[in-house]
Amino acid sequence: MKLTLRVWRQSGPRDKGGMVEYKLDDISPDASFLEMLDVLNEKLIADGGEPVAFDHDCREGICGMCSLVINGTPHGPERNTTTCQLHMRKFRDGEVIDVEPWRAKAFPVVKDLVVDRSAFDRIIQSGGYITAPTGTAPEAHAAPVPKPDADAAFEAAECIGCGACVAACPNGSAALFLGAKITHLGLMPQGQPERWDRAVSMLDTHDGEGFGGCTNTGECTVACPKGIGLDVIGRLNGDYLKASAGGKKK
Amino acid sequence: MNDELYDIGDPVVDGKVPAGPIEDRWTTRKFEAKQINPANKRKKKIIIIGTGLAGGSAGATLGEAGYHVQQFCFQDSPRRAHSIAAQGGINAAKNYRNDGDSVYRLFYETVKGGDFRSRESNVYRLADISRNIIDQCVAQGVPFAREYGGLLDNRSFGGTQVSRTFYARGQTGQQLLLGAYQALMRQVEMGNVELFPRHEMLDLIMEDGRARGVVVRNLINGEVKNYTADAVVLASGGYGNVYFLSTNAMGSNVTASWRAHRHGALFANPCYTQIHPTCIPVSGDHQSKLTLMSESLRNDGRVWVPKKGGDDRRPADIPEDERDYYLERIYPSFGNLVPRDIASRAAKNVCDEGRGVGPGGLGVYLDFADAIGRLGRDKVEAKYGNLFEMYERITGENPYDTPMRIYPAVHYTMGGLWVDYDLESTVPGLFVIGEANFSDHGANRLGASALMQGLADGYFVLPATINDYIARNALPPVADTAIAEAEERVNGRIDKLLSIDGDRSVDSFHRELGHIMWEYCGMERTEEGLRKALELIPALREEFWTRVKVTGKGEELNQQLEKAGRVADFLELGELMVIDALHRSESCGGHFRAESQDDEGEAKRDDDAFGYVAAWGWQGEGARPVLRKETLNFEYVKPTQRSYK
Repeated sequence: MKLTLRVWRQSGPRDKGGMVEYKLDDISPDASFLEMLDVLNEKLIADGGEPVAFDHDCREGICGMCSLVINGTPHGPERNTTTCQLHMRKFRDGEVIDVEPWRAKAFPVVKDLVVDRSAFDRIIQSGGYITAPTGTAPEAHAAPVPKPDADAAFEAAECIGCGACVAACPNGSAALFLGAKITHLGLMPQGQPERWDRAVSMLDTHDGEGFGGCTNTGECTVACPKGIGLDVIGRLNGDYLKASAGGKKK
Repeated sequence: MNDELYDIGDPVVDGKVPAGPIEDRWTTRKFEAKQINPANKRKKKIIIIGTGLAGGSAGATLGEAGYHVQQFCFQDSPRRAHSIAAQGGINAAKNYRNDGDSVYRLFYETVKGGDFRSRESNVYRLADISRNIIDQCVAQGVPFAREYGGLLDNRSFGGTQVSRTFYARGQTGQQLLLGAYQALMRQVEMGNVELFPRHEMLDLIMEDGRARGVVVRNLINGEVKNYTADAVVLASGGYGNVYFLSTNAMGSNVTASWRAHRHGALFANPCYTQIHPTCIPVSGDHQSKLTLMSESLRNDGRVWVPKKGGDDRRPADIPEDERDYYLERIYPSFGNLVPRDIASRAAKNVCDEGRGVGPGGLGVYLDFADAIGRLGRDKVEAKYGNLFEMYERITGENPYDTPMRIYPAVHYTMGGLWVDYDLESTVPGLFVIGEANFSDHGANRLGASALMQGLADGYFVLPATINDYIARNALPPVADTAIAEAEERVNGRIDKLLSIDGDRSVDSFHRELGHIMWEYCGMERTEEGLRKALELIPALREEFWTRVKVTGKGEELNQQLEKAGRVADFLELGELMVIDALHRSESCGGHFRAESQDDEGEAKRDDDAFGYVAAWGWQGEGARPVLRKETLNFEYVKPTQRSYK
């Protein structure tokens, strides 16, 4: 395939950055999008240029490290697919493809297509866990979990923390990410004791990190490579309201 | 003999395995380990490299125990460690299925599956602890698969006939890792763990022969800094990326282990590589990695190839009696569930006979037609839906309509740094856990045992032994000279890589090394091939240090520089792997020497000559490695020829 790429280049956080055009020919339709960028980088190195920096690791669609806004859409045009699992056969020969980093106030650009997503870790730090000291856990069968709850919890827990929801949201909100964790832990009996505190403190951290508010535009769930549904945001709002109204807020 | 390749050193004396009946040894060891009073723990510092199942669980537990932990990972978040990609499940001897499982059975099968090349005491402990791991993870809210009654579900896995594998659809590793990650994040919030993402360990700080800290590079701005501690823990994973194409994440590397090896940590059984039978075949030269299809697929999928070579009809057009379900034919009692080494080599054999399918003839069918007929499409979708989707995304083929094509690929490395029963390496104060150590899997790892080992080491074993080391050793502040020396080594190496300014990219060297390793030290090894590799690798290494081109500067985010450092280490490790494979002229587990097979083509072990762990010592750059043997004694599971027929 022949392709024209327009790639965001930015040498560092303080650099202004801009789009740079590259032409590629002879790209295999079986290559993944990241393998296509590998080919571009090998070409840039051979020509004495600087390769494009981008985040990636497992290339199996699960680690959540790959990012990229492709033609205006986080993770590109295919639904429920990470950038690393997007293959060039999904594009047309001769196509012009724009490649940009995640854009959000809470995700500052580090270099080229690499952004800093550590705000997500800080949200989890503020309550995204169940307190369970090691070595003293009760026998696993002591607390049965109804299968529908376990299944729904699992589906929410599938979130890979990639940040596409934030990049897609006009407000730069991480409500989908937050809701997924609240839902995962809130659906299980183990997660009940800390449920209310969790909702309040995680949402406070979310706001403090510079993520915007949720206005239910739904772009997040469309961009989510794991198909996390908007219902998790409903659960987040519900838990937060109950915690606040019920005086359960810290 | 191969005297020109290595020296023979003193045997390794297996330290710290308590005497007595095997079921009491771990209790004995824990009791004898010296404790540290909680008020003093705060003053003790532990460095952990890596945040996967082993590192993450260790950090969470040691932080909770009260130590001051500093933890580093090269990814942007600890949650991205490669453990996240493990699909199938985690073994535990809970006997919830009442199918005769027990700690002893899991122990027995793990020793047997590893082809009698692992240490009995360690494996027994692993099997015993497996039960606590499930309790721990459930308490953390890991959403394991459940039955309608609300109790945990199980499935069976390659190499075993009982259902002892706990799972969370095809994403068990993800859910277990998130459990450990969340526990770790809680400790970060509490101030017990200091976290350093996007940092890479590049050297050890050594003083008086002890590991006293690390030198790391901040990958964002290139800053090289030192961190000192009372003990250092490596949880940095496996080295399968030496093959370039593997199922490992792109960033997985051997650098932390290799730096430690150069300071005296023995590297054990480096040639033991697990080739996983169910990966998606290679599609072209652009390929950067291989994708694993969960082994659980073999529970319902049937593996076959056409009976005659060169049969290029569509699979649907090949009638039943012209198909060879070769695993079911050769291994009737285990069928499609034979262990990984057996399944991989059987696939290679039928492809070598010219009966492989797909491009280049390097593939076999994994067919779900029977399962869909028996269970209905819905049930198959519920069990394997996400895996089927992934397959379709990568290949463009729909596995509900046509069989998947699979081929073996490099997956897991059983070798790693040698550790004693306490998980301490031969460098005092340096502990090694998870895939980075060599300890529990012998020459082959059973499916669903990697997750078990990572979490056993991190949640339970290391936290019970590291205190003993810290309590017994007076560890004064580290001298500036030791720190300066380590930093100098790191800076010198970075400068050297940047100054070569040659004409070949880092990746081109990595691909070439990978090709050599796969060709000559892959699924089947021969003396002739291994000797060939020993000519090619040193030459390639020399070329690397004269012709590599590393773009950019040191003081910035520089992914080429990161890769170059790792490939340089792979080039040294690759040679050691080949020497190890050459010296071990028997077949065992993942190491199949063509010269050592029985009349039916099955691997032939030689327990009298090779019933040991090969632990290799570094003797300096350009010097031969030294081979030190740890004799393996089997008191409980008497070595027999493995048979799955």
